[in-house]
Amino acid sequence: MKTLDRLRQGLLRNRAWDLTRPDLSLELNTSHGTLLYLEDISVSFDGFRAIDGLNLYIDAGELRCIIGPNGAGKTTMMDIITGKTRPDTGTAWFGQTIDLLRLSEPEIASVGIGRKFQKPSVFEPLTVFENLELAMAADKRVWPTLRARITPEQRTRIEEVLETIGLQEHRTRRAGALSHGQKQWLEIGMLLMQAPHLLLVDEPVAGMTHQEMDRTAELLTSLAGKHSVVVVEHDMDFVRSIANKVTVLHQGRVLAEGTMDEVQNDPRVIEVYLGGEDVHGPMA
Amino acid sequence: MRLEALHLDRGGRIFLALLAVTTLLVPILNLAVPADSPLHVSTYTVTLLGKYLTYALLAVAVDLVWGYLGILSLGHGAFFALGGYAMGMYLMLQIGDRGVYGNPDLPDFMVFLNWHELPWFWHGFDMFWFAALMVILVPGTLAFVFGWLTFRSRVTGVYLSIITQALTYALMLAFFRNEMGFGGNNGLTDFKDLLGFDLQSDATRIGLFIASALALAGGYLACRYLVNSKLGRVAVAIRDAESRTRFIGYRVEQVKLWIFTFSAVLAGIAGALYVPQVGIINPGEFSPLNSIEIVVWVAIGGRATLYGAVLGALLVNYGKTYLTGVMPDAWLFALGGLFVLVTLFLPQGIAGLMRRKEVQA
Ligand SMILES: Nc1ncnc2c1ncn2[C@@H]1O[C@H](COP(=O)(O)OP(=O)(O)OP(=O)(O)O)[C@@H](O)[C@H]1O
Ligand SMILES: [Mg+2]
Repeated sequence: MKTLDRLRQGLLRNRAWDLTRPDLSLELNTSHGTLLYLEDISVSFDGFRAIDGLNLYIDAGELRCIIGPNGAGKTTMMDIITGKTRPDTGTAWFGQTIDLLRLSEPEIASVGIGRKFQKPSVFEPLTVFENLELAMAADKRVWPTLRARITPEQRTRIEEVLETIGLQEHRTRRAGALSHGQKQWLEIGMLLMQAPHLLLVDEPVAGMTHQEMDRTAELLTSLAGKHSVVVVEHDMDFVRSIANKVTVLHQGRVLAEGTMDEVQNDPRVIEVYLGGEDVHGPMA
Repeated sequence: MRLEALHLDRGGRIFLALLAVTTLLVPILNLAVPADSPLHVSTYTVTLLGKYLTYALLAVAVDLVWGYLGILSLGHGAFFALGGYAMGMYLMLQIGDRGVYGNPDLPDFMVFLNWHELPWFWHGFDMFWFAALMVILVPGTLAFVFGWLTFRSRVTGVYLSIITQALTYALMLAFFRNEMGFGGNNGLTDFKDLLGFDLQSDATRIGLFIASALALAGGYLACRYLVNSKLGRVAVAIRDAESRTRFIGYRVEQVKLWIFTFSAVLAGIAGALYVPQVGIINPGEFSPLNSIEIVVWVAIGGRATLYGAVLGALLVNYGKTYLTGVMPDAWLFALGGLFVLVTLFLPQGIAGLMRRKEVQA
């Protein structure tokens, strides 16, 4: 079944088969300043074009917000970057050397792309510290895991992340006892433990209180610089509070790109948002 | 390393201290105190206690996979019985020409079946070291193969539990057959001695009791070490969010496979210590009901604590011995009723009750 699927995808993609392409590179190189290149990506589900000739570039260290009405293709775009969905056409490069379309999901995770899903999924019976410990990049086979002892460097690393996500005081608390917002931060922390270059964050503030939103905004802006962060979010106040560059997706393509003010005054964006498709409220 | 594993385990420290005291006192009260003294512990009681300790080890093995890994095994009785049979085969071959038929090479039941030589799979069981190795290898291999087939095809939850029931049921039917060469429905019995020691003597009984206590303590410490390790936390992560654990890079199937196999080996060792103390092993030990009973012990004692499993096994079996003496027919109802009560009012078992007290204090 799986082989059949592979074969089908190999035939669908308008490029040579994986096997015939030598020298798979896993070494990240961003000397041109760009971390992610998505070019001319299209994907259809049963004839419906969810992504339609998408071009998107993310700089190293940048914090980018992606907005767009429901069904615009934002989540699908993340699925493509993380290898969950394979595009019909187009190219996706991580730095100048890593061809994402040739890597499996775990491989993509290991070259440094971390993704946070909308629903927080932390290990509830374990403590905050233990959650971070399990997520840490390490030899994860059975025997080394049984024998594993936390080294001083690893402890420092966990402490750093605890501080970044603001949960130092909660390190010995069960993750299940955290508030919704704290769980979201813990999950971001678990991503950070894997030392990713690119963080994809889908709707991080859904269901958060205002204070929690402010903390999240701080957290995400503090991550930019060291990491590139791509945030998909519907909450416009939140987007305004963190974004310097915003990309508007609509029907699977980029409709506008620029600062929050620029895109907000773009007539095409106003048209899309006031055209009655948006259920999340007006942009103003 | 071991002490470190016990550091945070108050229940475990209490349990091990009590076990040590019992293991020291019982032999003294049996051997040194005269039989007419009220403090005297009869050899019958010593053997009964030894049997309970092997059940406790079995319960710890089940708690490891059920409490910490989330695999509700309803077939651990099979691993216990296989360990028991391996020991039973050794004990059978020690009888020599003292059997009813006086055949120095063949156990009585084979003479009765008109067999003329020992089946190939009985070879080697006249040596203790070989039998001891089989006590570990046979349950371990079965668990490994079973786990490899089921975990890899991602069978989980109720389906897995049902398959473990089917496993022990199938083994029961197989062992009931005379042609299998394990004594059919009579099983293996009439044992005389172990390593040259007379099984009827008080000293041997005491020796077996101490061996059971040591095995329980060792098994407990090994399980505690495992659940306190990072692997133990991965097990809990698998129990509560299997696919998420896979997603952050752990090989879920491998973790399950090795912990399950280790647990089966512990069950096998428990079975091997059980058989010389009760003096018989028969296919009834494979009965699906037995395996369910073990799970009930653990549920009553308290899941995912290890010492709760010990407590549950001891209390329930003491209750069983007592009740079957007074009202033999009432036992199954009592057990079922107890299980329902605990599930409704004490979802964390007796150990959970103690822990709640501790948190309040
Ligand atoms: N696996 C799939 N099979 C079929 N259709 C799909 C699949 N995944 C996504 N789609 C469709 O593709 C379109 C884009 O979906 P996507 O989830 O990317 O939108 P989105 O921008 O994330 O929307 P939202 O703001 O609601 O999260 C939608 O119309 C959706 O129904
Ligand atoms: Mg979405």
